[in-house]
Amino acid sequence: MHYILQILPSLLGGAKLTLEIFFWTLVGSLPLGLIVGLGLTSHFKPLKAILHFYVWLMRGTPLLLQLIFVFYGLPLIGNGIFTLQRYDAALFAFILNYTAYFAEIFRGGLQSIPKGQYESAKVLRLSYWQTIRKIVTPQVVKIVLPSIGNEVINLIKDSSLVYVIGLGDLLRAGNVATSRDVTLIPLVLVGIIYLLLTAVLTFVLRKFERHYSYWK
Amino acid sequence: MLELKNISKSFNQRTVWHDLNLKIEDGKILCIVGQSGGGKTTLLRCISGLETLDAGEMLIDGQSFNPTAPHENDAVIGVVFQDYQLFPHLKVIDNITLAPELALKQSAKQAKQTAEKLLERLSLSDKADLYPYQLSGGQKQRVAIARALAMKPKILCYDEPTSALDPGLRDAVKKIILQLKQAGITQIVVTHDWEFARQIADQTFKLEPQQ
Repeated sequence: MHYILQILPSLLGGAKLTLEIFFWTLVGSLPLGLIVGLGLTSHFKPLKAILHFYVWLMRGTPLLLQLIFVFYGLPLIGNGIFTLQRYDAALFAFILNYTAYFAEIFRGGLQSIPKGQYESAKVLRLSYWQTIRKIVTPQVVKIVLPSIGNEVINLIKDSSLVYVIGLGDLLRAGNVATSRDVTLIPLVLVGIIYLLLTAVLTFVLRKFERHYSYWK
Repeated sequence: MLELKNISKSFNQRTVWHDLNLKIEDGKILCIVGQSGGGKTTLLRCISGLETLDAGEMLIDGQSFNPTAPHENDAVIGVVFQDYQLFPHLKVIDNITLAPELALKQSAKQAKQTAEKLLERLSLSDKADLYPYQLSGGQKQRVAIARALAMKPKILCYDEPTSALDPGLRDAVKKIILQLKQAGITQIVVTHDWEFARQIADQTFKLEPQQ
C-alpha cells in the first residue's frame, strides 16, 4: 500500500498527459473529420481524390510511424523549419491520423441521409450550409455516435504510443517504475487506470446516445 | 398565373417530354395525370427547381423565373413530397418554423404564431410537440402541407398525395386540397389516380410516356 501511494503521483502525472493528448486530439479531429467527410461526399473530383489519398495514407501506415516521422523526420527537411516540440508533434500526428478515421465515419453517416432530406430543405429555400447545420449534421451525429465512441476508446489507448518520442504518459510512468523497482504493481495500476478511464468514457458515450434517442 | 412555354427535358437521350406547354390560373387546381414513366414527377421537379429544364421558359404572372435559383425570388413553389420528407430530428412545430426563420428571416415568435395557426387549420394542434416518427401517414402529410404553406408559396405542388395513404384517407386529402383552394391557393397535383383527379381538378393535364 505504501509503495502504491509512493508511485501514484508519477502515474497520475502520466495520466494527465494521456488525458491532455486525448482531449486536444478530439477537439481538433472531430470538427476536421466532419469537414473532410463533407469533402469526401462532394462532387468536386480533384478535392475528393486528394482527400481519398490523405485518408489512404493515414489509415494505411502505422500511427507509430507517423509519430516518429513527424517528430524525427520532419526536422530533417528544409533546415528544420518543420521542427516541432515533442508535445506538439504528438498532437499534430494524432489529429492528422484521427481526422482520417473520423472522416470515413462521417462520410458513411452523410451518405446514409436520404437525398429527399436535401431536396426538401432545398424547396424550403435553405442554403447549403443551413441544410448541413440544421438538417444533416444533427442526423449524422446520431448515426455515427456508436462508431465515434469506438474510436474515442481506441484513442485513449493509442495515446500510449507517444512514449516513442519521449513523452511521459501514463504507460511510460508505469514502465519506468517497473524497471526501476522490479515489480509488476505499477503495470497493474496502469491497467486499472486505463480501465477506469474507458469505463468513464463508455458511461459518457451511453449518455450521449441516450440523449439522441428522443427521435427515430 | 404559372405558364410553361415550350419546355423540354431528356435524360441521356431519352426524351421525357418535348415542347410542352401548360398554363395554370391562380387559385385553381391542376392535376397532372398519366401512367408511371410519363414524366409527371419530373415535370413537378422542374417546376419546383429540383431539376433543370433543357429548353423552354417558365413564367409567373408574365415574369420569367428560374426555380433553381431560389434566392432571386421569394418563396414561390412549395412541395409536398410523396414520402413527405419531414425532418425526423425536429418536433412538428420546429419542422414548420425552421424555414421561415432561416430563409424568410421571420422572428421566432412570428414563425411560431404562423405555424400554430396552420396546425390548427389542419387539425394538428395537439401534435405540435411530437416528433415525426410518432405520427401516422396522414398526419405526416398534413405536417408536410403545413411546412410548405408556412413559406407562403404562390403555388403548392403535391407528388402522388394519395399513393401512400389508406383508401379512407383519400377523402381527407381531397377535403384539405379543396379547403386550400377556397383559401385561394394555386395547387398542382401529380397523381396516377384518375378518380382522385376527377374529384378535385379544375384542369387536367395528361402526360404519357413518349414513344
